[in-house]
Amino acid sequence: MKRSNEDILHRHLENNGNIISLLQDIQAVFGYIPRESIYYFSEKLNIPSAYIYGVATFYSQFRLNPAGKHKITACCGTACHVKGAEKIIDSLKLELGLDDKEDTTKDGEFTLEKVACLGTCSFAPIVLIDGKVRGKVKHEILVREIKSMKKKK
Amino acid sequence: MKKDILIRVCMGPAGIAAGGKDILDEFKRIFHEKKIKASVGKKCSSHQVGCMGLCASDVLVDIVIDGIKTVYQHVKPDMVEKIVEDHIIGGKPVHRWMADEILVDFNKKQMKIVLSDCGKVDPEDIESYICADGYASARKVFSSMKPEDVINEIKLSGLRGRGGAGFPTGLKWELARKAQADTKYIICNADEGDPGAFMDRAVIEGNPHSVVEGMIITAYAVGSEKGYVYIRAEYPLAVERLRLAVKQAEDKGFLGKRIFNSDKNFNIVIKLGAGAFVCGEETALIASIEGQRGMPRSKPPFPVNKGLWEKPTVINNVETLANIPYIIKKGHAWYSSYGTEKSKGTKVFALTGKIKNTGLIEVPMGITLREIIYDIGGGLDEGKNLKAVQTGGPSGGCIPASMLDIKFDYESLAQAGSIVGSGGMIVLDNDDCMVNIAEYFTRFTQSESCGKCVPCRIGTKRLLEILEKITTGNGEEGDIEKLEELSEYIKKTSLCGLGQTAPNPVLSTIKYFRNEYEAHIREKKCPAKVCKHLLIYAIHKDICTGCGACKRVCPQEAIVGDHKFPHRIEHIKCIKCGACYDICRLNAVGRS
Repeated sequence: MKRSNEDILHRHLENNGNIISLLQDIQAVFGYIPRESIYYFSEKLNIPSAYIYGVATFYSQFRLNPAGKHKITACCGTACHVKGAEKIIDSLKLELGLDDKEDTTKDGEFTLEKVACLGTCSFAPIVLIDGKVRGKVKHEILVREIKSMKKKK
Repeated sequence: MKKDILIRVCMGPAGIAAGGKDILDEFKRIFHEKKIKASVGKKCSSHQVGCMGLCASDVLVDIVIDGIKTVYQHVKPDMVEKIVEDHIIGGKPVHRWMADEILVDFNKKQMKIVLSDCGKVDPEDIESYICADGYASARKVFSSMKPEDVINEIKLSGLRGRGGAGFPTGLKWELARKAQADTKYIICNADEGDPGAFMDRAVIEGNPHSVVEGMIITAYAVGSEKGYVYIRAEYPLAVERLRLAVKQAEDKGFLGKRIFNSDKNFNIVIKLGAGAFVCGEETALIASIEGQRGMPRSKPPFPVNKGLWEKPTVINNVETLANIPYIIKKGHAWYSSYGTEKSKGTKVFALTGKIKNTGLIEVPMGITLREIIYDIGGGLDEGKNLKAVQTGGPSGGCIPASMLDIKFDYESLAQAGSIVGSGGMIVLDNDDCMVNIAEYFTRFTQSESCGKCVPCRIGTKRLLEILEKITTGNGEEGDIEKLEELSEYIKKTSLCGLGQTAPNPVLSTIKYFRNEYEAHIREKKCPAKVCKHLLIYAIHKDICTGCGACKRVCPQEAIVGDHKFPHRIEHIKCIKCGACYDICRLNAVGRS
């Protein structure tokens, strides 16, 4: 982890970037924003860690906990909403055994993420599974797919 | 026999989702295999294009042979071979897959300016845009126009900011031009945070160079040497295509030092947003580019005087900028001949929801809602009735079906309690609950509120609590009045546009659909059968054949009954997910 942080620091100083770009770099490397990284950059860049946390928690892109192996991204845009996004999310949560506050399963296999809008409204409702687009999805078919992904584990 | 053959495959957001890439690969594979280039003619090219508009029919494929265009719809990879065999080699188009008829209707009332090259040019190839007269306007500006002339041209065209608020673009530029400073910035706002809107995404993915060219012209007019594009990280393809466009423009000498052989310099930097709706607001966006929490500040001073790093800054939305090259090319008189007296030109809308022809449309301002829904959109799905159209996203409102003849322009919509906004247009039918829609938008604005000012932070929270109370069957008399009163306070006292417009969905749904609120509160019923806390599922024992389909899908094992005998739902276990209702083919599961 130290090594990666050093690389990011190097690039960051070169591009003379800001905290958001820095956090985006950190997340690109680790998949989330580890606590150690925040302390590391706070010290190296002489910025209070509270300030870095402040920026990291403001934007929805940043995660402070590691994500699961498989990422399921459910679009909650208006078009998806009126075409049943809520039902899809509810059934996914039920299948994955996630309560209201969790987004990652305990075994670290799946993360269920909600996004404001993916801009593919014509194919609503949209769900991404590991970055691949599933348009006009039906909850029962999705649940079946998740079940088979679980089996393959 | 030599022919010019051009194949265009839609790879807009929906085109990709429908498998556009597989189609293009299949064409390339078959061409290679059959050595089409050698046997049919020299000029045979196939390439990707951005959104063609009619997303409902994706993947759309244009086959242009010697200038004659045929459009195929719902193309799947296994259809490609027949199209090549019959049409390209045999000269006989495959009629049953053609989309021409539906496209004629879809396009009849549209007027494409911003989208005129979208769906024609290859977004990843600058030459393709240059062939379509691209960068001619920028060249013209640099070689024969004074900055004041450019500003005047835009002022006369009547173009207003397409990001939502509709501020006159020319005036904004003039103010920035007059501001005294050593450095000035221009920013392209591509932070399309509105749920249900994808115009900016489609324009950047379909024709990124038109935005770059618009920025070059803006920079010349206001005297700026540095531009930023603030773009959503959720749109990776748009980011990639924009980066490529900037790189290609740099290579051509359109960006960088001494552009177009003038003494002017201009650079574009791409900044990725990190997911915050409030960053669509100018001052919050500036804070975000500076690397801070994206919180707005009070205005004045306006960004044109004090913006990015305290320097004069012009912020224009993607669509506004994409209009600029076309206005310069064809002149202000041409542009202002479209639209209404106060709202000139065209507007791009993302038409989605319960409508047949979902997609991206561009229409002259002042068109009626009826024309959009029925003439362009093809009406609603079979057997459904139009209930309302939601415009302007979380800052907008709902227009009821009874007001179908309303004109689409800034003033008429404001009067109806909605806004043009960035251009999302979501069609709702009788299966949509308006209280639920209000709750949905309020939940969105509440979670996106930056929290700096109390009216927005706490006000929207309280609004949401009352709405939740109503949709879960705990509404009381007086709640509607409370919503109205609170909404007025939030509108009047919030710091920025987010809070000032957050109550719009609530107020407009109360205004036009008060009876639905009353049904939720007084009868504890959701007329559209959406609010799940107010629903009861039951199986009609006279209809149920005991096939067990519902039993198998029930996640709670709440359905009991023996095979081939009527089943029943144990209400204590039921979580009202509706899986049984959806799966039953005999309509034996009732919902009330």
